[in-house]
Amino acid sequence: MAVIDLANPARFLSIVNRVLPWLAAATIILFAVGLYRAMNAPDDYQQGATVKIMFLHVPAAWLGMFGWGVMCVAALGTLVWRHPLADVAGKAAAPIGAAFTFICLVTGSLWGRPTWGTYWVWDARLTSMLVLLLLYLGVLALYWTAEEPGRGARAAAILSLVGAVNLPIIKFSVDWWNTLHQPASVFRMGGSTIDPALLSPLLIMAFAFTLLFMTLHLAVMRNEIFRRRVRSMRLMQAQELAEAHP
Amino acid sequence: MNLGPHADFIIAAYAVTAVVVAALIAWVVLDYSAQRRILGDLDDRGITRRAQRKTGS
Repeated sequence: MAVIDLANPARFLSIVNRVLPWLAAATIILFAVGLYRAMNAPDDYQQGATVKIMFLHVPAAWLGMFGWGVMCVAALGTLVWRHPLADVAGKAAAPIGAAFTFICLVTGSLWGRPTWGTYWVWDARLTSMLVLLLLYLGVLALYWTAEEPGRGARAAAILSLVGAVNLPIIKFSVDWWNTLHQPASVFRMGGSTIDPALLSPLLIMAFAFTLLFMTLHLAVMRNEIFRRRVRSMRLMQAQELAEAHP
Repeated sequence: MNLGPHADFIIAAYAVTAVVVAALIAWVVLDYSAQRRILGDLDDRGITRRAQRKTGS
């Protein structure tokens, strides 16, 4: 099947209906394995059992950024190719990305109190992550408040591309500035510094969260396509009424 | 499993994550039911999309 076939909403819906149950089942299985491994992972020699928060915090942070990446690709589809499915994909990614960014900030705060002695500090990593959440809320506000969906989609697409500048700032903030947040320890030059006993459950949980993101994204896209159908049917109904009673 | 002296923080982190993920899933499922119901109502009233009229489906 050609990729262009996926760009047809009806074809896309039929594929989503077939794929979604399998994706949901795979997500549940992977979460079961990941949580079992996370709960049985050894304590960290410095942080003790609080290292278990890492299995939520790190995947949530990755997916908060991944969600914005999805919105950037969708924004190109909206602005360059003006394809309606691209806009649907961007709009669907926003609330999910915002939720994962929120989870990242809250779990980070709960991890910070016992390890750093504070819930919050205005260091570059934490602040840039908070900016990401505010950007998500800005995009959602554009989608939800625009009277004409096309105009809201274009404004949200532009904000998505402009906001992408925050992604490298988040990633490299711990290298560019002196931060309380630790530097990269999973994806870094010279390999991961995390012990394999902690790294493998972390990667399983990251994979499970990624599948959850994909499952929710496809489901929200399906809802959005239905919502647009409802809108177009109501507009047609109004048009017909106006023509019948001029 | 011993969560040590900071068990409250660990449990709170997992609880918040569970609540947020559950809320997301609930929103998706409820929204799906709502959109399907509205589409069904419009269909019952004979209102169809232009694309459906063209294909006759």
